[in-house]
Amino acid sequence: MNMSSIARTAAVLLATGVAAAAQEPATSAALPSAGPPMSEGQGFTESGGAALYAQVCAACHQAGGEGATGAAAYPALLHNEKLASAGYPVTVLLYGQRGMPPLGRMMSDTQVAEVVNYVRTQFGNRYGDAVAPEDVKAARP
Amino acid sequence: MGSEMAEGSGFSRRNLIAMVGAAAGSAAAYQVMTSLGFAEESPYRGPIRLDGDPKGTSVLILGAGLAGMTAALELHRAGYRVQILEYNTRAGGRNWSLRGGDTYTELGGATQRCEFDAGLYLNPGPWRIPYHHHGVLDYCRRLGVALEPFVQLNHNAFLHSAAGFNGTPQRIRTVKADFDGATAELLAKATRKGALDAQVSKEDQEILIEALRSLGGLDKDLAYRAGPDSAEFRGYARDPGGGLSARPVDGEPMALHDILTGRLWRGLQNFLLYEFQTTMFQPVGGMGRIGEAFARALPPDTIRYGAKVTGLAQDAHGVTATYQDLGQGGAIRQAQADWCVCALPLTVLSQIPTQVGPKMKAAIDAVPYASSVKVGLQFKRRFWEEDEHIFGGISYTDLPIRQISYPSTGYNAGGKGVLLGAYTWNGPNSYEFTALSPAERVRRAVAYGSQIHPQYRTEFETGIAVAWHRVPFTLGCAGDWTDAARAEHYDNLCAIDGRIMLAGEHASYIPAWQESAILSALDAVTRLHKRVLAA
Repeated sequence: MNMSSIARTAAVLLATGVAAAAQEPATSAALPSAGPPMSEGQGFTESGGAALYAQVCAACHQAGGEGATGAAAYPALLHNEKLASAGYPVTVLLYGQRGMPPLGRMMSDTQVAEVVNYVRTQFGNRYGDAVAPEDVKAARP
Repeated sequence: MGSEMAEGSGFSRRNLIAMVGAAAGSAAAYQVMTSLGFAEESPYRGPIRLDGDPKGTSVLILGAGLAGMTAALELHRAGYRVQILEYNTRAGGRNWSLRGGDTYTELGGATQRCEFDAGLYLNPGPWRIPYHHHGVLDYCRRLGVALEPFVQLNHNAFLHSAAGFNGTPQRIRTVKADFDGATAELLAKATRKGALDAQVSKEDQEILIEALRSLGGLDKDLAYRAGPDSAEFRGYARDPGGGLSARPVDGEPMALHDILTGRLWRGLQNFLLYEFQTTMFQPVGGMGRIGEAFARALPPDTIRYGAKVTGLAQDAHGVTATYQDLGQGGAIRQAQADWCVCALPLTVLSQIPTQVGPKMKAAIDAVPYASSVKVGLQFKRRFWEEDEHIFGGISYTDLPIRQISYPSTGYNAGGKGVLLGAYTWNGPNSYEFTALSPAERVRRAVAYGSQIHPQYRTEFETGIAVAWHRVPFTLGCAGDWTDAARAEHYDNLCAIDGRIMLAGEHASYIPAWQESAILSALDAVTRLHKRVLAA
């Protein structure tokens, strides 16, 4: 699949997302476990930093923020001093960083703020200056 | 257009005219291009010829995927000394098949053992080859990789929406026939009423109506409705038979309103796009056969496996790669050569200290990697063939699994089979699947898929799930270029920087396809060879 077709598909999905979102989430009807439902449409639907982290960020940074290493690495978020400045994780989420995609573009301002505030107060990080959705909005491309 | 036709249909005259105009325009343009020979052209020009003596020049290649091995093969044939460093203990990179008995450990440590029966497999990465990917096809021919048709479009597979048609899967055949028929009827009747008088001559209008009747399955009244004309396209409620029960029963077409609001038409694009048009191919026995064949074609010991590159330096005389020898406890070693073709994914290369100029470094850092997840599911019997008469092809759904692909091999022979039970590409669900444990990915693929095939619940045996952002050797699926990033960085990414140049699907305009790995490598070694001969 090439980019143009991805873009076309995304556009089609976006254009029809409203109608789908109005429906009862039928996708969760047959879930085999008590696990959380998956998003519908082209934006993440999780709410709250813990859920966003567990269902999105943990894909690479792992459930406990420990990161992972293969031919290259996903940085650990445990005791990560780069999180001292709130602007850094906001920017990484909105603009991507090397191989990391700009996932914040599939999140609302509130969601980005929630998940940034979460990682900055979890995993041994103790940065109390919370980010507000308005800060995220101002930082968007 | 008559108001009775526009009512409730959501179609405006402007839209219809635009559709026809666009179709006629592109068809006409294509005809002109074909007659001039342009549309036949492909970037692949057949086996490259690197004439001239490189006089023992050495090239270090990083990565034994299709790009790295293409470069190695061609440079070796031209007289270069080549060596490849490869992180994995196998060749192929993303060209890969998981078969019964294989184990796979993803980032985070979860290990899966593939429990598929003999002969069954999952292609976690590339899985189909368009007929116009001449490079891949030519290497398959030259390397003796047998191909068989990959069925992309199966009219009897399903289109499915959790909400549309109350979640009942619809056959691709009927969705396509009924959409085409309904729109042909609208356009034919609008034409007859004079709605196109300003744009289309009377003579052409008659031909247009004739074409719409012929291609849309319209009856003599230009209606698309239950009857022999539509049944020849959409099939029958009861197929024609023999003897006393022979008389066919025509089916009732779906209402246009239901087709439009049910959104199943979205799936039809997957059969129309250039890159998915017939004929597509797959290697017999799994896509991994290509990588295996490349590795066999190289001189023995060309590839050093278990080599994790940790640094790449260069000076006026040559290149030096530092790597950990993973088979020897991570011992630090170095490899040197006159030149380097680096075919590592940018996710990996961007983290390796690399002695290149700021422009290439910025380009290396500028490309995020797409997310993708595939789940292979083995079932006790091929119920899709036995119960539903689906032989190969793909069903599309708006459930998080997105697709179910039926095996394009081993048809009609009974026994077990492996479905591709999920294939996500970017979007929230791809990350959400990745964040789950492998076992939970499989469980969800079974649960979602059972909404389309209830037989899942009793026939499922075993599954395996590969989430590309957790693949240790790529940390992502494929380069996810934006137009802006490409405009700023692409040429710098592909340029020769001192004695280093890059190759791989990321260094192409057809990312995520194997063809691009091959084309980028051929382009790179051709330029490298010119540089070497000129020195």
